[in-house]
Amino acid sequence: MSYKIEVSGLRKSFGTLTVLRDINVAVEPGQVVALIGPSGSGKSTLLRCLNLLVMPDGGKVRIGNDSFSFGTGSKMPGTKEQARFRSNTGMVFQHFNLFPHMTVVENVMEGPVSVKGMSKRQAEQLARRLLAKVGLSDKVDVFPNKLSGGQKQRVAIARALAMEPEVMLFDEATSALDPELVGEVLGVMRDLAAEGMTMIIVTHEIGFAREVADRVVFMRDGVIVEEGPAREVIGHPRQEATKAFLSHFHNRG
Amino acid sequence: MSYTWNFDIVWGYRWILLNGTAVTIGLTIAVIVLGLVVGLVAGIAQLSRSPVLRWLSWAYIEMFRLTPLLVLLLWFYYALPIVTGIKLDALTASIVTLTLYGGSFYAEIIRGGIVSIDPGQSEAGMALGMTPARVMRRIVLPQAIKRMIPPLMNQSIIQFKNTSLVSVLAVPDLLYQGQVAAMDTYRALEVYTVVAAIYVIVLLPLTAIVKRAENRLAQSN
Repeated sequence: MSYKIEVSGLRKSFGTLTVLRDINVAVEPGQVVALIGPSGSGKSTLLRCLNLLVMPDGGKVRIGNDSFSFGTGSKMPGTKEQARFRSNTGMVFQHFNLFPHMTVVENVMEGPVSVKGMSKRQAEQLARRLLAKVGLSDKVDVFPNKLSGGQKQRVAIARALAMEPEVMLFDEATSALDPELVGEVLGVMRDLAAEGMTMIIVTHEIGFAREVADRVVFMRDGVIVEEGPAREVIGHPRQEATKAFLSHFHNRG
Repeated sequence: MSYTWNFDIVWGYRWILLNGTAVTIGLTIAVIVLGLVVGLVAGIAQLSRSPVLRWLSWAYIEMFRLTPLLVLLLWFYYALPIVTGIKLDALTASIVTLTLYGGSFYAEIIRGGIVSIDPGQSEAGMALGMTPARVMRRIVLPQAIKRMIPPLMNQSIIQFKNTSLVSVLAVPDLLYQGQVAAMDTYRALEVYTVVAAIYVIVLLPLTAIVKRAENRLAQSN
């Protein structure tokens, strides 16, 4: 049980399209893993299988003390069990998905109040503390449509943290941002990593992956092609596919 | 050809026409409230994971949306007793028919409003650990209802006018009372003009409210 996240034999198809084939990943507590690879490689689907936003067809997923098996012979988890499983992982989406009918502080309070049954007063204190942490104390009572993309994503991170999850999942958290706003979000993620949060990051920011991630997993066509320490995989890739993928970034930088 | 208008005769029927107006308004309110309940259930059933529920609600919606209201009224009043032995009085048959008819249109508006919300909203709610029911209540419906209000109000305005058809079952609504007055007085022109004017006068403020709601929605988006 030394791993925080353990995925074994994970499979997923959409119709006839196989997106994940026999994926095995293990993440130690406090580790930051960057998932990289071309579009359609299955990395986002893998991330979404980890909190059951996509139901795997087969294999096993364990996060902390909670685990589910999928496929023939295993009982599909009910909606309540799924919800409880998800509440233990924080998810940050590419398009933020803030709740537009709630203020910033209400967005962050929603999880603790409506899922954990925390009192509003207590949840508001927690929310204000988290918003201060992501540098948005002055935006507490504002509605999301008044925020920049970078600010929205920082609120989304605070909202996910409010559930006090064991694991944070980032699904291309900076891909929808204007280049000048990427830094503020990566800054928050860097702080989280430094605090010892276990994180899986799907990203195209190769520089950031090299700097912050402990391990890098390179995926293509639904399989893990190469994985290892971040500097090794990015600096000295062994597989041809990894080299080819990374060469786009080296050429650009 | 010269016609001498005579609205004085109509004035003599003012209480009867007012009474009919009250019946029309009361009937409209009843079938809007009941129709919204039916529409909400059928609209959400359309999005259910159960194929049986989806099929049942689909069958209901299409059956009532695609049958003329007049045919439905006559069927529920004259045909239902033959099939089931249940004899509804004219007012009850009218309420049941208008409720089910209006509900089928409301259901489509409600379903459409719900599916118009970005799936990312549900995902964000689920990711926090909410159950699907809670996501619907806390995240999706509050946003969807705002979008549904203008079309629901439009449908309700149509429903107000639809109630005039119940006069064929001798329910004493505004049009029925107008028919009585017209036959008594032989003043069809004046009576039906006044009846038409009453429908317009009642609906004018409502259409203004819908306009305002639509404008506000356009701004907030």
